[in-house]
Amino acid sequence: MNEERFILSGIKFGVLPPYEISRMARVTVTRPELYESDGTPVMGGPRDPHFGAIEPGEACPVCGNRRDNCPGHFGKIDLARPVLIPYYSDHVNAVLQATCRSCSRILLPDEQVKRMLRVLRTLKARWPQLASNFIREIRKQAAQNSVCPHCGARQYRIRYIRPVVFYEERPEGEVRLTPIEIRDRLEKVRNEDAELLGLDPEASRPEWMVATVLPVPPLAVRPPITLETGLKSEDDLTHALVEIIRQNERLKHYLATSAPETMVEDSWIALQHMIAAYIDNELPNVFVLQHRGGRPLKTLAQRLKGKEGRLRGNLSGKRVNYSARTVISPDPEISINEVGVPIEIAMILTYPLRVTPENIEEARKYVLNGPYKWPGATYVIKARTRTKIDLRYHRNHKQLAESLEVGDIVERHLLDGDIVLFNRQPSLHRMSILAHRVRVMKGKTFRLNPLVCPPYNADFDGDEMNLHVPRIEEAVAEAEEILLVEKNIKTPRYGGPIIGGRQDYISGAYLMTVKTRLLTEEEVLELLSKAGYKGDLPEPAILHPKPLWTGKQIVSLFLPEDFSYEGRAKINAGPLACDNYDCFNDSYIVIRNGKLLEGVFDKNAIGAEQPNNVLHIIALEYGDAKARELLDTLYRSFIRMLEVRGLTLSLSDVDIPQKARDEIAKLTEEAKKEIAQMIKEFHEGKLEPIPGRTMEESLEIKIINRLQELFRKSQEVAVNYMDPFNDVFIMARTGARGSETNIAQMVAMLGQQVVRGKRIHRGFRKRTLAHFVEDDLSPEAKGFVKGNFRYGLRPTEVFFHAAAGREGLVDTAVKTSQSGYMQRRLINALNDLVVLHDGTVRDAYGNLIQIKYGEDGVDPMKTYHGDPIDVDRLIEKYSHVR
Amino acid sequence: MAYTIFTDDLNTLIDIASKVLPKKKFDEIKQKVIDNEKLTEKQKANIIRDAIIIYMRALAQPGEPVGTVAAQSIGEPGTQMTLRTFHYAGIVEFDVTLGLPRLIEIVDARREPSTPMMTIYLDEKHKYDEEKAKEIARRIQYTVLDAVVSEIEYFQGSNEFTIVLDPEQLEDKGVTVEKVIEALERGKLGEVVQTEDPYVITLIVSERLLPPEYYYDPGVYREIENKIRKVYLKGIKGIRRAVIQAEEKEVDGKKVKEYYIVTEGSNLAEVLRIRGVDHTRTTTNNIHEIAEVLGIEAARNAIIREIMNVLQQSGLDVDIRHIMLVADLMTFTGRVRQIGRLGIAGEKESPLARAVFEVTVKNLYDAAATGEFENLTGVSEKTIIGQPPPVGTGLVVWLKSRETEKPIEVAEKKKK
Repeated sequence: MNEERFILSGIKFGVLPPYEISRMARVTVTRPELYESDGTPVMGGPRDPHFGAIEPGEACPVCGNRRDNCPGHFGKIDLARPVLIPYYSDHVNAVLQATCRSCSRILLPDEQVKRMLRVLRTLKARWPQLASNFIREIRKQAAQNSVCPHCGARQYRIRYIRPVVFYEERPEGEVRLTPIEIRDRLEKVRNEDAELLGLDPEASRPEWMVATVLPVPPLAVRPPITLETGLKSEDDLTHALVEIIRQNERLKHYLATSAPETMVEDSWIALQHMIAAYIDNELPNVFVLQHRGGRPLKTLAQRLKGKEGRLRGNLSGKRVNYSARTVISPDPEISINEVGVPIEIAMILTYPLRVTPENIEEARKYVLNGPYKWPGATYVIKARTRTKIDLRYHRNHKQLAESLEVGDIVERHLLDGDIVLFNRQPSLHRMSILAHRVRVMKGKTFRLNPLVCPPYNADFDGDEMNLHVPRIEEAVAEAEEILLVEKNIKTPRYGGPIIGGRQDYISGAYLMTVKTRLLTEEEVLELLSKAGYKGDLPEPAILHPKPLWTGKQIVSLFLPEDFSYEGRAKINAGPLACDNYDCFNDSYIVIRNGKLLEGVFDKNAIGAEQPNNVLHIIALEYGDAKARELLDTLYRSFIRMLEVRGLTLSLSDVDIPQKARDEIAKLTEEAKKEIAQMIKEFHEGKLEPIPGRTMEESLEIKIINRLQELFRKSQEVAVNYMDPFNDVFIMARTGARGSETNIAQMVAMLGQQVVRGKRIHRGFRKRTLAHFVEDDLSPEAKGFVKGNFRYGLRPTEVFFHAAAGREGLVDTAVKTSQSGYMQRRLINALNDLVVLHDGTVRDAYGNLIQIKYGEDGVDPMKTYHGDPIDVDRLIEKYSHVR
Repeated sequence: MAYTIFTDDLNTLIDIASKVLPKKKFDEIKQKVIDNEKLTEKQKANIIRDAIIIYMRALAQPGEPVGTVAAQSIGEPGTQMTLRTFHYAGIVEFDVTLGLPRLIEIVDARREPSTPMMTIYLDEKHKYDEEKAKEIARRIQYTVLDAVVSEIEYFQGSNEFTIVLDPEQLEDKGVTVEKVIEALERGKLGEVVQTEDPYVITLIVSERLLPPEYYYDPGVYREIENKIRKVYLKGIKGIRRAVIQAEEKEVDGKKVKEYYIVTEGSNLAEVLRIRGVDHTRTTTNNIHEIAEVLGIEAARNAIIREIMNVLQQSGLDVDIRHIMLVADLMTFTGRVRQIGRLGIAGEKESPLARAVFEVTVKNLYDAAATGEFENLTGVSEKTIIGQPPPVGTGLVVWLKSRETEKPIEVAEKKKK
């Protein structure tokens, strides 16, 4: 393998000149037939063997290679008459407009040409963007001249009809310009003039844009497929080419037999259209080339275009090997840095182990185990012979293991501790792909620590995720150093933690740290052993009659010794609000020197996506590894706490006393009365309108506001009657799951259902449902639901609730597509921007976008919610006084 | 000269901090630490040293793909945004587009927002007085005759129109009958005649507009009636409605209400000309207007403010640095460019990068026709050819390659 290797450093675009097309063509196509009656390809047809070998075993008549090594060869069609190429014709138009119809000089005086050329060349070298504006200006200026400054010929207006038709408005009337005339004019255009008009005469002479020869791509580009029936099915491009060849031959025949001018003309135009369709089958004003069945052919442009086209589908997005996909399920017992991989998958995915003197014995073991026993290997690549041995089909593994040499490569199974990339779609941000360490396990699902759900936005209701194995050391190192889960605890989006507790972690933390929690020695040991704690037990908080520990003591064991923190807990709201450490409600968190002295842990202390919480500050000040340790130990004990205590809900948890229900009913009556009064005033025309709104709008706004107030009041009543240790209520208060609104919907009322920001009003004529009279403006007729989930809804209420629910679904669907497109545009516009070594932000072309990133050069990921330095914490740290 | 922060000398540390830290941060430290008498010199030195270290560590590393991170940070929460038009915080009078549609509108750099809106602050003389504020609002709101008319009557077979004015509306809009007559005369529709009733005006339309043969033609006289209704009275074009808002404020320890005007419709240039308007704070949500009237830097700030506002209203948390980057990219050429095929993406130097985004085929043909050269420097281009992109660890390259590979000629890369 001593081939020379090149690094691609640039691509010059240009128009392929006719002589080049002829030079590289290995066959001139003149026959539209594909196969002879005996099934062999027609020579001089679109399936001519000179287009390259594509069948297995076939030798190429041009290069002699077999299929795998034959690059494929171009052919050509000599066009009977020249033909315009769509898209190029935009530039042909620009040149025709700007040059003289008789002498083909640019329609600008010589001195100006010279000056402009000088300016243009400078611009091109230094400000390419301006150069294209300048060219546009030159084209416009030249086109405005109606008399040629060089030969004095009068110019006529040229009308261009996309994609390929030109008319000249001569005094005697409008005349169609034939490609022959156009080509004649373009041929005479001087190089300097072409350059001024934005062309590069070296790479794209204007007359090359009018085709006289058409290149025919090799068969490898348009391979026929053999159906099960043995019939050959040709590629769409071949079909299009057949049509072109047939039309071209017909035109040739007409010319040879001096057929009437109109027939020639029609045939020529047909050829023109076919070639246009061959290039792009979706052009306006051109007929569409079709299959027999009526399906439009996929021609050249269709291959490139769009999401599944060549550029976006194959060049920007590539397919990979060494990947796996399966359902995910939770496992809080593994580290956040790990991923549980089914053993079946671990025996298919491999890592190329390079044999060294140090690992040769290990490598032998894998080879000996073979492909079906984990940890084994699937292939051995011998360095000496450069052969790849498939262990599935190799009989003597023992001998192969012994013959292993330094430099060989063993494709060994995935092992515990290997680094892999883990991904969940949609990949909306960089934390959608993280590196995990493998842990091979029984079972058929990928196992994921639930703490890592937030960055992936994953849950376990059937989500699937992808896994990729990096196979070169550079990639492994990069994955480990940059993509590892623990190095992505903080998000660059807002300077906060994206990994952290959700749901049960939060309930568990609350129940552990709540004031009333006292734990026996047995319980403490249970919790600490789950967390993997090694060390002594602290002095119990209560010594007699038996030693008891508080939950806060357990938490303190895991906090760094010099860690101090103050902040409000999530429950610090409403009646439990506190402003400082003097807090009876235990809702103000105080940590001094690693001891949790006061306050409960809930969403605000340990939750995901909560900037400046305990977890975040530890990650920032004690490092990501320390934060990971906390997540792998302390957080695990939260879950255990919940398992020990139990968290459940029963019907009685979403019920409130009759007294409370009466209160809510009374509030509802009041509101209804008030609204009835408003409606009455409205009908009498006495309602005070809101300035700038009509009477109807004002009424609607007022009713909605009043009903919202009713809901708010009912919620207050409901919440006031809840038992504070009701598990549903705990979840809502601590931020584990649900909100007080959700509770109110269960125990009190659903409230007003809204569609498009208004009360529900459509359905039947002048009413929402047949249950109501026409023009009924009352709350219940327009989507107000006074029922709740505990005692059930009335039929009409179910309908209104479903209507509002449906709107939510539709909204989500529309939003995903809209925001997806916006994100694609943002990424495309911004993906080149990078901070350089001098602290500036530039794009890939050297444009300076920012002199200092974000005005202070700070990476938002490394901030306290946007603030790079928390001065107050520093003062606290060094002054030891508050 | 070389600095060291490993010193206990407070003055040296302060000096370094003043040079290294961002001004805002240094000011905060000065106020909270340096001027804090409760702290000892040693404590101050420790705090400042730590602050410098923390700041240096928080800097974005070279190679940090800030562009992609910014795009993701704005795009990722897009799915959590609302789709609907909302009542703007506290203003029931009209709807304002917010959420995802507004965000798309901003990055699209649309000429005109779907709900143009201005916030007009008033100067010292006017802002504490509701009446004066109302007076300015009246002067700003675009008013035509139609707003103060209760009825227009035409006597068939004549050229006389009787215009009946609504005294209440006149009062509300701050227009006098004399002003209406003046306006009608300026409108050059015909001769204006007052009647005994001060609120009834007769307009004898000139023959040029209404020749006798059309006296019975409803098509013609209705059109004239419309013309009469559209006679301009006062206000600024584009301002459809102006509403007074008040904000509780504390000035010199006293609680006062500051009045300002919120308008539907926008015309920054004209509004800034009105006397009594505080031109330092008055603003609009039309970014192009800001770019034209106040310049590109102001437009950049407006983009940041508008995007932050949308995100905030939707309850989303995105660091301002990401938005600054988007705003800077949109404006660094001196004009406001869209994020999309007609703006930044369409003006990229690389034909491949343009083709990957949108209008693939046309971009490739144009590249061929104009003989463009693809330098393969950007992320999209590098992805296509399968080389590491020049961001992150890919920013570090070998200038000298291994013997087996061709040397990379750095100088040649630049020259095209």
